[in-house]
Amino acid sequence: MEVKFTEEEKNYIISIDGDLDASSSIKLDKVLAKAIGENRNPILVDCNHLDYISSPGIGVFTSHLQECESKNINLILYGMNDKVLKVFRILGLDEIIPITKTKDEAKNRAK
Amino acid sequence: MIHSIRISCLKNNLCRVRNFVEGALKQHAISPIDINLMVLAVDELCANLIIHSHKCNPKEDIEVSVRKKDNQFVFEIKDESVPSFDLLSYKEPDMKDIIANKRGGGIGLILVKKIMDEIQYERNGSANICRVSKRLAL
Repeated sequence: MEVKFTEEEKNYIISIDGDLDASSSIKLDKVLAKAIGENRNPILVDCNHLDYISSPGIGVFTSHLQECESKNINLILYGMNDKVLKVFRILGLDEIIPITKTKDEAKNRAK
Repeated sequence: MIHSIRISCLKNNLCRVRNFVEGALKQHAISPIDINLMVLAVDELCANLIIHSHKCNPKEDIEVSVRKKDNQFVFEIKDESVPSFDLLSYKEPDMKDIIANKRGGGIGLILVKKIMDEIQYERNGSANICRVSKRLAL
């Protein structure tokens, strides 16, 4: 699993490539924690190449949600495949974390 | 037909379990979304055992098997350890509490309970067997 970040204007984009599981989620956690620590806003997470997610991967997002909220950071996930989206839906997280289909929608969603 | 795999207790081996379960289920007419959910539930149970019961000790191992029984898929995860966790009596936390407490833990077992239809535990000698099953309209 690879995690990369790029900047597009004011958008901080974190791209995940591969499987996000118990062995790899720490990588994403470090990148996301750093972005939040630097008060990047919005933080958009590109899930187009996220093939699989299990609970430690989901946990990376849930554990940082409060801090994003308290810092008024928009954390938006986009481009999930149907399998990954289903996992968020089962947990009801699609109603808590903003999730969009495309990067443009994610950019527009950011307040 | 029964398929099985044995892996040593390293987190890196979870991808082998996933590939094994996916390969076994792909032989049946199951949607990719349903396959992924069953793969996920087995991954969560194995990760739990590897991390909590076996402390990621590569000298210890677990065995995973898949079989189809009528319209039901039965997954067994067998290991030898002192049972550290009782999933059956576990009251899963609410997602909102997990977020409020800035936690990531607990989500895996919520997923297992939501995905699988039945969860059973059995102790056979020194072996623990966790058996979960999912019914599908095939």
